[in-house]
Amino acid sequence: MNQEEIRNILKEVKDPEIPTISIVDLGIVTGIKLNGEDVHITLTPTFAGCPALKLMENMVKDRLDLVEEIGQVSVETSFETTWTTDMISEEGRKAIQQHGLAPPKRNCSNISMEVLEDTACPYCGSDDTSLKSPFGPTLCRSLHYCNNCRQAFEGFKPVG
Amino acid sequence: MNSIEALKDLLYKMADDQLIIGHRNSEWTGIGPLLEEDIAFSSMAQDKLGQSEHLYNLLNQLGEADADTVAFTRNAPQFHNCQFVELPIGEYDFSLIRHLLFDYAELLRFESLQNSSYQPLAQVAKKFFGEIKYHFMHASTWVRQLGTGNEESSQRMQLALDQAWDYGLGIFEQGPAEEVLISEGIFIGESELQAKWYKGLQPILEEAKLKIPAKDQWSPIIGGRRGEHTKHLQPLLDEMTEVYSIDPTADW
Repeated sequence: MNQEEIRNILKEVKDPEIPTISIVDLGIVTGIKLNGEDVHITLTPTFAGCPALKLMENMVKDRLDLVEEIGQVSVETSFETTWTTDMISEEGRKAIQQHGLAPPKRNCSNISMEVLEDTACPYCGSDDTSLKSPFGPTLCRSLHYCNNCRQAFEGFKPVG
Repeated sequence: MNSIEALKDLLYKMADDQLIIGHRNSEWTGIGPLLEEDIAFSSMAQDKLGQSEHLYNLLNQLGEADADTVAFTRNAPQFHNCQFVELPIGEYDFSLIRHLLFDYAELLRFESLQNSSYQPLAQVAKKFFGEIKYHFMHASTWVRQLGTGNEESSQRMQLALDQAWDYGLGIFEQGPAEEVLISEGIFIGESELQAKWYKGLQPILEEAKLKIPAKDQWSPIIGGRRGEHTKHLQPLLDEMTEVYSIDPTADW
């Protein structure tokens, strides 16, 4: 087993709230350490108050425990690497869109209402949209309305 | 006070602030004036509670009890939050003004703590700063909207600001070891933070057409950091710990 193989296996572990995206494409797997047959995985939280932190640790452990070639599995959550939405892969952005969410804008360390307002509709692609609220049903989502296809939609909030 | 004790004091007051304001924010769940505002305050509550947990975890690493024990088994005199965050949610005008005054202080606090010499704190500060940007953006947008809305909204916002101001100053009550924190590079200290806050708030409130009380009228309401609290804190704690008190091992 090498890091790449483990990374590929972890692509089967999906975000519990957005089941189209893997935790690898979400960018939260920040460390894969091998010590002989033993594996140590480090995850970084998307949001400090994310209720799925413990759940995702368990999902990673459960998946890797199924692999015969792997010995002991340990998983920790650490803030050492700060997650930003720029850590989401291209594939991950497509997966977010597939789930009906607008992918986050890139390079958003200076977030403003104007930046959030400028979000393309994930259904029809129109830029003629309005921001309804920077807070949505989960910590990572904002609420928008598309003036073109007249549908409410959610966006994945940029975090810089 | 040595640097570890000073650091614990700093972590306790920040963690307690997050826990108590988080609980107050959650009281808007279900009764917000607009569905979006209901969701906004609930989301911010979740952020604050998550942040408090991570700060309690840092204390745990320094030898204090675990997060749940610390959060759920202390009484009011053992809490180090400022009195501002424990005040009832009141009307929406008060909650929004507190939201702006408090979250702008938090924005600056965690921005500066990203450079803390205590690495575990610097790391969480970086994360919190990204989240609090959203809280501050929400607060400043609403305060501007209502401050410049109509006669009633601007009067109510001004009244709320006048009532909140001295409590807001109490956020910056000095701890017993400011010099240690400053000299060790752990934290810039409350008085520098307050100066930045006052300077930055002026244009924001000016744009909202709200007047900051004159400096010679200021009378900071302090004591919270030493465990002196208003009558509002203990009932909040009783409610927050109701389930824990019935069954400390409850789980789901």
